[in-house]
Amino acid sequence: MAGKPVCHNGHDTEPAAQDQPGAWVRAYGRLPLPADLNWLWTIGAILCAILALMLLSGLTLTLAYTPDAGLAFGSVEGIERRMPAGWLLRAMHMTGASFFMLALYIHLLRGLYYRSYQPPRRAVWLSGCGLLVMVMVTAFAGYVLPWGQMSYWGADVAGKAVGALPLVGGWLEGVFLGGDAPGTPTLHRMFALHFGLAFLIVAMVAGHIAHVHARGSSSPSARPVEVTGALPFHPYFTVRDMLAIVLVAITFVGVLCFWPELIAEPANYRPANPLHTPADIEPEWYFLPFYGMMQAVPFKLGGLLLSGGAVAVLFAVPWLDRRAGAACGAPALVRVFAVAVLICSAVAAACAGLHHMQGYWLLVARLGMVGYYAYFLAYLPLSGRLQRGGAA
Amino acid sequence: MMPRRFMAIGAGMLWACAAWAQPSGGPVQPARQQWSFAGALGHFDLAAVQRGYAVFAGSCASCHSLSQLHFSDFTGMGMQTAEVAALAATWQVPDGLDAEGRLKHRPARPDDALPSPYFGPEAALAANQGVVPPDLSRILKVYPGGPDRVYGLLTGYAPQAERQKGRGFFNPYAIGHFTAMPPPLHGNEVKYADGTVPDVQAEARDVTTFLAWVSAPYQDQRRRLGVGAGLYLCFLAVLFAILNRRIWSDVRK
Repeated sequence: MAGKPVCHNGHDTEPAAQDQPGAWVRAYGRLPLPADLNWLWTIGAILCAILALMLLSGLTLTLAYTPDAGLAFGSVEGIERRMPAGWLLRAMHMTGASFFMLALYIHLLRGLYYRSYQPPRRAVWLSGCGLLVMVMVTAFAGYVLPWGQMSYWGADVAGKAVGALPLVGGWLEGVFLGGDAPGTPTLHRMFALHFGLAFLIVAMVAGHIAHVHARGSSSPSARPVEVTGALPFHPYFTVRDMLAIVLVAITFVGVLCFWPELIAEPANYRPANPLHTPADIEPEWYFLPFYGMMQAVPFKLGGLLLSGGAVAVLFAVPWLDRRAGAACGAPALVRVFAVAVLICSAVAAACAGLHHMQGYWLLVARLGMVGYYAYFLAYLPLSGRLQRGGAA
Repeated sequence: MMPRRFMAIGAGMLWACAAWAQPSGGPVQPARQQWSFAGALGHFDLAAVQRGYAVFAGSCASCHSLSQLHFSDFTGMGMQTAEVAALAATWQVPDGLDAEGRLKHRPARPDDALPSPYFGPEAALAANQGVVPPDLSRILKVYPGGPDRVYGLLTGYAPQAERQKGRGFFNPYAIGHFTAMPPPLHGNEVKYADGTVPDVQAEARDVTTFLAWVSAPYQDQRRRLGVGAGLYLCFLAVLFAILNRRIWSDVRK
């Protein structure tokens, strides 16, 4: 009944609904949304669509996958070569992972740029950050499962990184790997984690959406709904969301069918070989900014803390940005510039993460890290202080 | 006939140039070839794939495995089920131990995996001067340089190549310009039904096409699906765009 209290459009006090699901759907359909929402507000619907695709394809892939160090690679090859439409299911799952992370980053940047974390919606922002962490863990666990070279050595690097934590590091590494090196216990753990977290994510997404509906959506102008005017969710925004989903599906099909090499890592088609370390161990593209930051610090613990902190700092954003009220303090130009610097910094750290960390690339990675943290630790607090200074 | 002769001369000249260049650098940039499966809309020439299988079975399979492939997968290169069963029966696969503990063999069935040419990794090491021949199941995916480089490598040996102690065979397309693989193709390994002369270039071209198919057996279906689904989605997008315009037409900006 999360939808019930959100219907502010007066004339409907639902008759104690006999058909509960129908009433619930109608209440959601009538949900008033600010009329000035732009196309960036369709990303949420796109994420839901990709999540559904990931869940369905993932459940089907589970039927043919074997989490065992000796059998995992062969079972994935069997999925691709012999399971009916297995190549398509696996391709959808792989492409879906990249598209989901990309859409998630855009969703996050939209929230940052339009300050959707402002007080009535703090819990929405925090649940979103929680979702980001869960999705990242799930994506990492999923990448270990095919047991190719990058899977194995990625698990190895991650295990060593966890082991660098003080006090609990050694114990945590043991829990993660289930032995001295990645092996069958690691695969069992990653499979259970990947499978279980998927359903937790679905539950968390439901909570995230229910919260948005309870608190009302943020909007580009950040003015109250009385000023911007409201439109019901259906048909105005459902149709726009559908159009956005179809447009994303066209790019999805393009990548899946014609340019799969954009997202597939060739080295992961070699079976895991503990005796042969690849020349470059690199994670999937969506972890590259954090991987670059981890590599840019000369000692392990510092790198781990700074790359983990890059995600953790997102949780603190509602308290770092103390600009009062809904009106945006900084002019649009400054905000665009700040977000552009943030994006460029993340891309620079990612590019550096792709290369061997020395000389020029080390400098790029460190500059990227400084730019990334500057947005959260300098720009957000300072712009609030400047605004208050101007108002006083 | 003429283009092939020119190609042979070209390959020879390329080899000469490469041999002339310093022999210690990275692999030489291979000459670009025409491949049926190249490009976003290419599709496999299945006749070439089948000829390539013959070359693989005749020349490569004595050292290289295709461990991820089952015989039934060969239906994907345009063979009938009965043909696949007959083809599988020409291979021997291990079949447990007999009463004296000796390894038994039997003709393969379609649901068997292709057998490895060695009993195990140690046997592979011992048989090849300490270098294990790589598995070819995904070779075109994992081998940098793509089909052009595989073709270059197969045709890039000197006419009378000799093993140099500790370095292997000179080949400009190999890393460090030396490879442990002896020249695998000499011409006339197979007989082509259509009367094409089975010279080294033709065999290398066919076996490269075969290995490309093995590395991505569903590439054609993938692309065909992409065209269909893309067209459908474009049509759907136009409909939704029109609907979106109509629904939003009563909202004043």
